Amino acid sequence: MGNRSKGSVLEYIGLERINGPLLVVQGVKGAGFDEQVEIVVPNDQPRHGRVLSISDEVAVIEVFEGTSGLNQASTRVRFLGRPFEIVVSREEVLGRVFDGLGQPLDGGPIPCRGERRDINGFPINPVARAYPEEFIQTGISAIDGMNTLVRGQKLPIFSGSGLAHNELAAQIVRQARLLADDEGFAVIFAAMGVRHDEAEGFRQSFEESGVLKNVAMYLNLADDPAVERLITPRVALTAAEHLAFDEGMHVLVILTDMTNYCEALREVATSKGEVPSRKGYPGYLYSDLASIYERAGRLQDRAGSVPQIPILTMPDDDITHPIPDLTGYITEGQIVLDRSLAGKSVYPPINVLPSLSRLMSDGIGAGRTREDHQNIANQLYAAYSRAREAQRLASIVGEEDISATDKLYLRLAKEFEQRFLGQGRDENRTIRETLDLAWELVMLLPEQELSRLKPADIDKYGRKPTGWGEQTFSEKERE
Amino acid sequence: MNDLPPITQPLPTKHQAVISMVSGPVLKARPASLFSMNELVEVGEERLVGEVISLDGELATIQVYENTSGIGPGTPVHGLGLPLYVELGPGLIGTIFDGIQRPLQYLHQQWGDFIHRGRIGAPLDRERLWGFSPLLSTGEQVAGGDILGELTESEIVTHRVLVPPEVKGTLERIVPPGNYTLDDLIARVRTSAGNSHDLKLFHRWPVRKIRPCRKRLIPAEPLITGQRVIDTFFPLAKGGTAAIPGGFGTGKTITQHQLTKWTDADIIVYIGCGERGNEMTGVLTDLPQLIDPRSGHPLIERTILIANTSDMPVAAREASIYTGITIAEYYRDMGYDVALMADSTSRWAEALREISGRLEEMPAEEGFPAYLASRLAAFYERAGQVITLGNSKGSVTLIGAVSPPGGDFSEPVTMHTKRFVQCFWALDKEMASARYFPAINYLQSYSGYSRQVEPWWRKKVGAGWLELRDNAMNILQEDAKLQNIVKLLGEEALPDDQKRIIEGARLLKNDFLQQSAFDAIDTYAGPQKQFLLLEIILHFFDRLAEVVSARIPLFRALELPVVVEIHRLKFTLKGDDPAPFHAVREQIDREIDTLLQRQQKSSFGITDVRTGE
Repeated sequence: MGNRSKGSVLEYIGLERINGPLLVVQGVKGAGFDEQVEIVVPNDQPRHGRVLSISDEVAVIEVFEGTSGLNQASTRVRFLGRPFEIVVSREEVLGRVFDGLGQPLDGGPIPCRGERRDINGFPINPVARAYPEEFIQTGISAIDGMNTLVRGQKLPIFSGSGLAHNELAAQIVRQARLLADDEGFAVIFAAMGVRHDEAEGFRQSFEESGVLKNVAMYLNLADDPAVERLITPRVALTAAEHLAFDEGMHVLVILTDMTNYCEALREVATSKGEVPSRKGYPGYLYSDLASIYERAGRLQDRAGSVPQIPILTMPDDDITHPIPDLTGYITEGQIVLDRSLAGKSVYPPINVLPSLSRLMSDGIGAGRTREDHQNIANQLYAAYSRAREAQRLASIVGEEDISATDKLYLRLAKEFEQRFLGQGRDENRTIRETLDLAWELVMLLPEQELSRLKPADIDKYGRKPTGWGEQTFSEKERE
Repeated sequence: MNDLPPITQPLPTKHQAVISMVSGPVLKARPASLFSMNELVEVGEERLVGEVISLDGELATIQVYENTSGIGPGTPVHGLGLPLYVELGPGLIGTIFDGIQRPLQYLHQQWGDFIHRGRIGAPLDRERLWGFSPLLSTGEQVAGGDILGELTESEIVTHRVLVPPEVKGTLERIVPPGNYTLDDLIARVRTSAGNSHDLKLFHRWPVRKIRPCRKRLIPAEPLITGQRVIDTFFPLAKGGTAAIPGGFGTGKTITQHQLTKWTDADIIVYIGCGERGNEMTGVLTDLPQLIDPRSGHPLIERTILIANTSDMPVAAREASIYTGITIAEYYRDMGYDVALMADSTSRWAEALREISGRLEEMPAEEGFPAYLASRLAAFYERAGQVITLGNSKGSVTLIGAVSPPGGDFSEPVTMHTKRFVQCFWALDKEMASARYFPAINYLQSYSGYSRQVEPWWRKKVGAGWLELRDNAMNILQEDAKLQNIVKLLGEEALPDDQKRIIEGARLLKNDFLQQSAFDAIDTYAGPQKQFLLLEIILHFFDRLAEVVSARIPLFRALELPVVVEIHRLKFTLKGDDPAPFHAVREQIDREIDTLLQRQQKSSFGITDVRTGE
């Protein structure tokens, strides 16, 4: 920032160029990269922006509210001498509704008590992190049983347009809160380019379940400026970090829809004339997404946690599209929604095969959920995967002509989809119920097929073994 | 003093370069004449660390290893007169560094949970005392790579204090045995030209420069990983190179972690390059608790971690690979076998792409710079088994994870990596979806070392290893062909001799290739166990041929009690003792013999095949 002291303002009048969401100002002296900017327009609200690149000759600025109506001669640009910051405190954040930049939308006061924080946050030192291993019961079998969520995890929902991702996210919020007491639980909801009715749907759901006073909503709706979306998740996460790491709360952050965020990023990159990488997205899309997703977690010396559930719609349901692809590389797993399951009226339409929770194995097992959890989940995965093969085969040769075992698999697939995956929008299953249901399903198969299960567990949780099984495993060998 | 930056020379003031452009991690400064290529620089009052990456006319381009927020034109930049380097000495083991060797544990103690910029610490602890015992005495001739003396770095690692590669001359002075810190002088060497070099317990080395060795050898010893699909089917040699490509969720990271835990290398360098913070934390929490099966000590005592997570600055991610490999070469020079895991090289390539994009270079494939291939080649070439300058044998084995976008192996990083590695462990999405781990696709993977390491297996484990492996591979290949038919017609449509192939392959897949990282016993299988297990499965498969030719329905053999025994072998036996394996083998023979005899009798009309009575 040259010789300027922090927070001192520089003001320039006149723009060299306006291009899409970008402004170019000439001859700026003393401003810095990433500095926050205020654009003063005669007879209008001031707009906000930040410096994207700066050189001796020009400063390039992105304007969050868009450049429409700006004029080259009379627009004044104020460099504020600090990065984009917001003021956060528990009292002034929870129970409130803000716009995508953190300005109040609910008519309440602008937050002013509390600490100013750079919305970009700082990278968490990996040494300071605590490894997430506390089970969160969402009450949804496909998640609890097979893709378990743990405290401090980032687990996105990969969805497609028109699928039930919003309902699922709302159900998770309603049901997951039950484990923490009311005081220690908060939800930060960041909307990027979502429709009014979707945002309203979430609000109603929060209201009905009585968590509204523990929710802060940051809304950038579909008709709000696109570039503002680049700020929204960062503002929301800054608030979440404060609540979690300073106030010791468990803060569930919902980011929807990350696809819109990425599109805004592409728009700005293209306006700057950057070299595009896949599908026109900038080469730094991975780093940029990581700077959002990595802000989830837990710290060793602080009480709270920030689990994240980002929601994204896969363009054309394509999981190899750069947005879900890069997201999957950063997040600790993914919950994938499936159109064909939705077509069979299965709710939630979670396709467990491509879904994954990377932190699952550490959050489950004896003392956390149940000793048999990992094996039964593996067995169910293997069986369902084999069942899908059988379904494919049956669709070619007909159900009559497949082997007896394959017929059992077909039945398993059907029951699995209807009874295990499928559940009511208000049905809150305990982990016990989920696991018992899983056992009931795999026991549809003959025991030779159950290679992932421990014989002792089959005795304990499945049906009693018969015939050779009983003779082969003596008590001692089971240990 | 630990809280001083590694370089403490006074900053030059007479000629000062200033910034003229900032765009993310890249900045330009003028005049360029003050800098040399790859020189380390400090930017602004906060002394952000950067490196000169191009010099063009008036302007020097600098990549900065920290967040450049708030930096603008006019900010001063100082060249430090030396290239990006690492400190090599005792204290590396058990430490976790970021991409430019800042000690993360120390930063945590000093500045708390978040990484703030401009806050650095000396990579190695300057205050700790090390019990050094000299091995050379005054008056001896020394040259680069010679061992001055030894000290105990951790319970399992003896640190050999080396004469730095470029030093040669007469040992003028060496300290007696005792406790010394890193800053104490421990020896002085006088060169023939009359100059003298003061040696300490550590020295510095530029990360982008290969450490010299005397001679490179052809790798012939397997690196035992305890993972059956790797050691038996696609073995890696000490000093070799391997790549693990796979889309997200295919188990790359778990595989890397398994290798970190179980390989029989002396030293492990693990680079988390642009990966998840929680994963590094997982490694950090696991390693001190896991016990090395060979030494009986925690695995952290032979491990060096480098973590540049995806939210840390991108330029340091680019450097992290070099920091890691230089440290690996240093331990190689002490005569150790070092294995280096880089997770993931794709993130490193993307960091190259990002920087290249900011430099507005002409992109080649998918926006990657044209020099991607040559950089990859240069990195993998730093692997190898060598005779060190000090005439001992050491090796660096490189295992790079690749994260192809969309799991598509035809993308540039995977494609180029394939050209430079000998071992290719292709991870498979379908297998991972069925929770079949390790999801290494045995049809797409390959290893160029299986012939080279065969003599070792023959000598150390048992005759006929290669035949067993090749037989098993044939079954799997045949099975893959038959699976095409099964997909269309179902297994029932196959005759019994072909069903036998399917069943043999199923046994191999379920009871040999599949290995659980989370099972206390199955997580590691030594060479002996691998050999015995494979032998049993193939023996059963051979005996099945008799069952088929006796026209006994195959399912009768598959219902034998011994099949369950085979399933259980990998979970119950560690393989130190071959006796239980032999017992199962005898059980196979006994039960199959009985089956055959009954059939013989029944064909004379004595018993009914169905009931066996």
